[in-house]
Amino acid sequence: MSEVSNQSPVSRALKWFDPRAHSINMIGFILNRITALGLTLYLFLHLFVLHQLAQGSAAYDGFLSMIHNPIFTFFEVLVVTAGFMHGLNGIRIALNSFGVGIRSQKMLLILLLGIAVLVSLAFAVHMFTV
Amino acid sequence: MSTTKWNVTFKIFRKKGEEAPHYDDFKLEVDPDEYVLDGVERIWAFHDRSLTYRHACHHSTCGACGMRVNGTEKLTCITPIRDVTQDGGVIRVDPLRNFTLISDLAVDMGTLYTRMDKVGQHSVNSDAKEAYQIENRPAGPAEEGVDFIRLSDCIECGLCISACPISASSPDYLGPAVLAGAHQHGIRGDEQVFRLADSEDGVWRCHSAFECTAVCPSFVDPGERIMDLRRQVIAEQFRRLFSGSNAKKTNVMEASK
Repeated sequence: MSEVSNQSPVSRALKWFDPRAHSINMIGFILNRITALGLTLYLFLHLFVLHQLAQGSAAYDGFLSMIHNPIFTFFEVLVVTAGFMHGLNGIRIALNSFGVGIRSQKMLLILLLGIAVLVSLAFAVHMFTV
Repeated sequence: MSTTKWNVTFKIFRKKGEEAPHYDDFKLEVDPDEYVLDGVERIWAFHDRSLTYRHACHHSTCGACGMRVNGTEKLTCITPIRDVTQDGGVIRVDPLRNFTLISDLAVDMGTLYTRMDKVGQHSVNSDAKEAYQIENRPAGPAEEGVDFIRLSDCIECGLCISACPISASSPDYLGPAVLAGAHQHGIRGDEQVFRLADSEDGVWRCHSAFECTAVCPSFVDPGERIMDLRRQVIAEQFRRLFSGSNAKKTNVMEASK
């Protein structure tokens, strides 16, 4: 309302990431925003990687060998985790928006985030061991 | 009440006019079964008569005493001190977020009341009753024959708007209480309420944080109502699409101000 309209768009947006004194619902809200930003950033990086392919196979192979190290693998695990968290949480929100499972949305959030963490861990183990 | 006494420090948000915001500490001996509002009133009565805050009924009916207690939105008249601190502890009291601050702990609720009026939740006073032709009021889906149902569940305390992350970033967003009011009023038969609910600052602005439901002291469950209102809006749009209804559009942005 009025007090909000006097603030800059940046300070308004930063309030989305303040979990203090909020319930677990807010954690789901914040995670959805962070993962969305991360996946958007990844999309641009992905386009950059595809751009390397246009430079020829040698350049692409050279780029792939450069990123084949544990640091990049860690970031790939983060992408997978963000994908699962954002996707599963998005399903919960879509279901709620159609009136499905609203009363149990908090339990659904915990369950789906738990599944996202477990699946991401499985992916992490696979990606670091293969 | 118990005979136990706790020593508690009330850290009260203060700001008057152009002065910089700050906190004043007040050490009180309290009964832990007293309510936070009792402490605030005692500060006003015996320590600082310049403290500004809102209160009225003392039994969670008027919705005037909504504040943030240790960061969380609470109706202070029903929040026992025992639930928010311990002996020797601190209770930080702040005004509600997302409203214009008037002074200290008092905020301007005018925007909320105006928007409630826009969605068919009209003020219960003689002036409004005269200004508003009851016989011309479009009947909602579930309240035919009822003149005024405002405040029948939502006490308009504003806690949900203070807790809502979308209200924190979008001042034009109608807010959980107003959309819950629109849900109670019903969207069929009232074009303005339908248009407001279906606007970009209506039900579609909600991002399902459900903080409104978490803090609501009256169990109105605004989150669920917003979701159900979405379903109703979609159903109404489909009905209009297939019935060929061409409803007159209202200036939604102006109406939501």
